[in-house]
Amino acid sequence: MGIIEAILLTVVTAATPLVLASLGELVSERAGVLNLGVEGMMVMGAVLAFAATQATGSPYIGILAGIACGALFSLLFGFLTLTLVANQVATGLALTILGLGVSGQIGEPYVGMSGVKLQPIVIPLLSDIPFIGPILFKQDLIFYLSIALVFGVNWFLFRSRAGLKIRAIGDNHASAHALGIHVIRTRYLAVMFGGACAGLAGAQLSLVYTPQWVENMSAGRGWIALALVVFASWRPWRLLAGGYLFGAVSISQLHAQALGLGIPSQFLSALPYAATVIVLILISHNRRMTLINTPACLGKPFVPDR
Amino acid sequence: MRIELERRANPSLLFSVLSPFLALALTVFAGGIMFALLGKDPVSALYSFFIEPLLDIWSLHEIAIKAAPLILIGAGLSVCYRSNNWNIGAEGQFIAGAIAGAIVPVVFHEWHSSLVLPLMLIFGMIGGALYAAIPAFLKAQMNTNEILTSLMLVYIAQLFLDWLVRGPWRSPDAYNFPVTRDFAPEAILPELVSSGRANLGFVFAIVAAVGLWIMMRYTLKGFEITVLGQSERAGRFAGFSSKRMIWFSMLLSGAFAGLAGISEVSGVIGKLQPIISPGYGFTAIIVAFLGRLNPLGIIAAGLFLALTYVGGEAVQLTLGVSDKVTRVFQGLLLFFVLSCDTLIQYRIRLVFSRFGQTSEGGAN
Repeated sequence: MGIIEAILLTVVTAATPLVLASLGELVSERAGVLNLGVEGMMVMGAVLAFAATQATGSPYIGILAGIACGALFSLLFGFLTLTLVANQVATGLALTILGLGVSGQIGEPYVGMSGVKLQPIVIPLLSDIPFIGPILFKQDLIFYLSIALVFGVNWFLFRSRAGLKIRAIGDNHASAHALGIHVIRTRYLAVMFGGACAGLAGAQLSLVYTPQWVENMSAGRGWIALALVVFASWRPWRLLAGGYLFGAVSISQLHAQALGLGIPSQFLSALPYAATVIVLILISHNRRMTLINTPACLGKPFVPDR
Repeated sequence: MRIELERRANPSLLFSVLSPFLALALTVFAGGIMFALLGKDPVSALYSFFIEPLLDIWSLHEIAIKAAPLILIGAGLSVCYRSNNWNIGAEGQFIAGAIAGAIVPVVFHEWHSSLVLPLMLIFGMIGGALYAAIPAFLKAQMNTNEILTSLMLVYIAQLFLDWLVRGPWRSPDAYNFPVTRDFAPEAILPELVSSGRANLGFVFAIVAAVGLWIMMRYTLKGFEITVLGQSERAGRFAGFSSKRMIWFSMLLSGAFAGLAGISEVSGVIGKLQPIISPGYGFTAIIVAFLGRLNPLGIIAAGLFLALTYVGGEAVQLTLGVSDKVTRVFQGLLLFFVLSCDTLIQYRIRLVFSRFGQTSEGGAN
């Protein structure tokens, strides 16, 4: 395997959790719900996935635990913002703070323990293709899932009736309600999908990216995922591209450190965060485009009149 | 069973007073369950978490020390949140203030004068305000979401501080430990009473909160903040500029966070080190909401959350539970505060009948 292949392989690993977490958030935001708790759901998924893997020895059970945990944790957010119409920004922050605290508490006994790495699934024939094969077809289950989900969500949102309903709710919940669409119920499902994806992204961190549990191991990726949704202007394909761009930035920082360019490591570590800010500026300075792309009811509470 | 909300004709005065207390009670109750799950006797655990710290002088000083930054930052954030500007990067502004203020005692350590401390505090406020000016500029001029930019800047500030104390500012006589030189005595914030540890930072916090309360209640600026926060359109008709409000609220909260940062470094730590805050900038968000975005409420809320820090340390010592319980308590508290606030605007009804479900319409 050449050096370029090795680098691309690490880019894929770094990009997968970003793609997954932001894909879930994209669906939730398309339904008009801004969930700032991605970081919290992700880190909860990471710790539960690690714990379940330790308990059972199977990382696949870990993956399921991560997904379930993310979805359940997001229900807490759903209950507050959808049923009790609490402020979405504040509740999302609460979810992140709570997630970081609870995961630290749960993960305490697992600190320093060596984990089980999710093994790649080699796809016969395709993996023999030079260059592309080892990068795309010798990957773990979560990577394949992430790509399938991008396809699936894109089809679902723009080609299916249920997807049309979700977008209608996100753009005008009052009209959608008048048409007889269950606004709150659909939003609950969208939020839970977002939670499940964030949980899966967390599982990827503690089972693939660095197979161990470290406190706060999501390290701001949940927030970068939120920025990615804006960057992708709420479209799954652009999100895939954006996720890989960010994966490349965060990996290039590691390779630059290894090369020893004489740049302080802290400056290189700050690169993904700085890149996020710059990308946000580039994408949002055009006021009209932002207005057109943003779901019109994003972040607005809905109380059905009876 | 379903939960239905019914909007009240007027916000309930009773619940706007009661809801923070209801949230506190629920948090304590949930905390008891958590301790029971950890295998500790909930009553004695809660006692040593919430009550014991109030019984000795040393922990009371600790509470004042930890409440000072929480109140100062929380009060500044309340202006932001009331005006609908979501600065969640106070932690970064806290660090920026600490760094800017520390320029005087670290870089110009040979200069001894009674001007050192006031200059540090001013630098700290400027540093915090300038750091908050980045998301303010990006929101006002470039239409960029301030939530994400202010948060990203937290990570950048933490890494920059890390670089400073390991690199150019590392003390020559600290045996390679990542710390700056100790601040000279005239660069240390004086103690509040000569015997204890609490410092003048607590006074800054109280003065700032009371000052903001007066501003919010009695001045045109306070009115402007409230109007623009509730309806930008209405504010425009009144001749208020939402752009200028972005600048005002962000710079104000940044300056307060910066002052908190330099006060912490000067009054408590006495030097710069890689980590100077146990998440004060984030906890202050909880403080702001628990205090109902009212500066006087924020004083009380800040004292309570300071208690959770001290209580967390106490149970760590007495019961051997990890200090992470503090973070769990804080997260739970914000959740309960936000849910209890619903009671102010809405009546909550539980619907048990099956008819309620069909009335929703069956087109799905």
